Amino acid sequence: MIFDMEYETMPREALESIQLRRLQNTLSRVYATVPFYRQKFDEAGVMPGDVKSLDDLRRLPFTVKQDLRDNYPYGMFAVPMENVVRIHASSGTTGKPTVVGYTARDINTWAELIARSLASSGASRGDIIHNAYGYGLFTGGLGFHYGAETLGASVIPVSGGNTKRQVIIMRDFGPTILTSTPSYALHLAEAAEEEGVSFRDLQFKSGIFGAEPWSEDMRTELENKLGLKAIDVYGLSEVIGPGVAIECIEAQKGLHIFEDHFIPEIIDPQTGEVLPHGETGELVITTLTKEAFPVIRYRTRDITSLNPEPCVCGRTHYRMSKISGRTDDMLIIRGVNVFPSQIESVLMNIEGVEPHYQMIVDRQDNLDSLTVVVEVSEGIFSDEVKGLQQFSDTIETEIKECLGISARVRLAEPKSIERSQGKAARVIDNRKL
Amino acid sequence: MKAEQISIFLENKAGRLAEVTGTLSEAGVNIRALSLADTTDFGVLRLIVDDNNKAEQVLKDAGFTVRITHVVAVEVDDRPGGLHYILDTLTRAGINVEYMYAFVQQSGDNAIMIFRFDQLEEAIRVLEQNSVTVISGSKLYTM
Repeated sequence: MIFDMEYETMPREALESIQLRRLQNTLSRVYATVPFYRQKFDEAGVMPGDVKSLDDLRRLPFTVKQDLRDNYPYGMFAVPMENVVRIHASSGTTGKPTVVGYTARDINTWAELIARSLASSGASRGDIIHNAYGYGLFTGGLGFHYGAETLGASVIPVSGGNTKRQVIIMRDFGPTILTSTPSYALHLAEAAEEEGVSFRDLQFKSGIFGAEPWSEDMRTELENKLGLKAIDVYGLSEVIGPGVAIECIEAQKGLHIFEDHFIPEIIDPQTGEVLPHGETGELVITTLTKEAFPVIRYRTRDITSLNPEPCVCGRTHYRMSKISGRTDDMLIIRGVNVFPSQIESVLMNIEGVEPHYQMIVDRQDNLDSLTVVVEVSEGIFSDEVKGLQQFSDTIETEIKECLGISARVRLAEPKSIERSQGKAARVIDNRKL
Repeated sequence: MKAEQISIFLENKAGRLAEVTGTLSEAGVNIRALSLADTTDFGVLRLIVDDNNKAEQVLKDAGFTVRITHVVAVEVDDRPGGLHYILDTLTRAGINVEYMYAFVQQSGDNAIMIFRFDQLEEAIRVLEQNSVTVISGSKLYTM
């Protein structure tokens, strides 16, 4: 089902003319209200009025995550605080989270995009949505909640965690649509099995899985174990949250980007050059309708490609391929963003730790697990096993406290961790994404 | 009266122990006694050898994490109750045994046990006061 027939199936020409008009408005507004953008545009020598076609967009400078951090917390807001009705934040990479704001109209826009997304995955009025995305600062829970209401579906705001209770609700409440991270969905399936509840006997038609990248292999697993259609959803809080792009249930091949609200570009992450359709590179997004927190050419660091071919579902919006990786070394472990540099700074603050470590990410029983391998130096080597165990316990506790994720520490012999040229060898990701 | 012991950190990897024995064998170092404490991830190998300095050097050169620690070698009567007498004596004096293992060779008719204590000097004093023979390092390495 298509929620907004007019905009979602709009002919290209009309769509692009709307994009240009909205882009020009957004540019004038950020130039006037956000000192950061004014300065960046001035430095680049491009005034909002110079953007006369969509191709002119590439003359504007990029915005990166660091810019958001530099303007923490509200420096990038384009409206006064009295117009902001909601604040969300994403996990910070070095302590500071990324803070985003929404006006009442932004909340409506977002709810509509999620309503479109739900419809795209086969949901309509009368469906019951089991929303297991976390409610809180994270955009997943509330984003899907409002969208479900806008669609007119019934939403169960179950949030994350308390898996046993979730199984009972799934069994008794008869939900037909599941919204969660893909790893949590598989975890739910196993928990259900332990409780003697078979997912395949439940009412689920589709599941909308996002907040972490997942593969076609995982789609097969999700669909087999859960007995539903697995739909990929894409979004990031810097842009709006979930609902930037979604697969359609008809094709399940690429995620339609809601182009009447966002302009996607694919760039070469090294040179910044815009790549032609079909080529793989970093996704860059410009928002066209955001009021409180517009972003201009925001580098998402997600790797994908754009497909302009028409789709069987009838939508005219371009499709992006499933995310195949990141341009930085960020890992998403159980929905939490983790950078190796964070682990490193934890380790450096513990006496006796060598600056050689490795992070190994696995998926066991459908839950991500992180093992941190740390080399034992002579300085910390104690002849007694309990001394070494205390040492690894200390590291585990520190990681839990600073990053909020559980990691297992494994002590290794000096020089046993491969010395790397770059950062990549610090991380071994055994998950099949 | 302390004796020196070589402790080596070992990852639980196939062949790692053989690399230690190979390194010592090439250097002509003779192993007199050993014990291996292990967890799921790693082990600590403890050795009494005939040449501590050489063993430490060649193992470090081979990239192992090595530490010299002090232990006490004690003669134990080779009869029922022999070990119990020693442990009982230590318990009465409030001395805690971190770990212990047996030495391969005998001293006359007596067995030899290697002990690691948290209070090493005090343990030696208590044992000698109670007529237990503590064997010096230099004697131990050449037995």
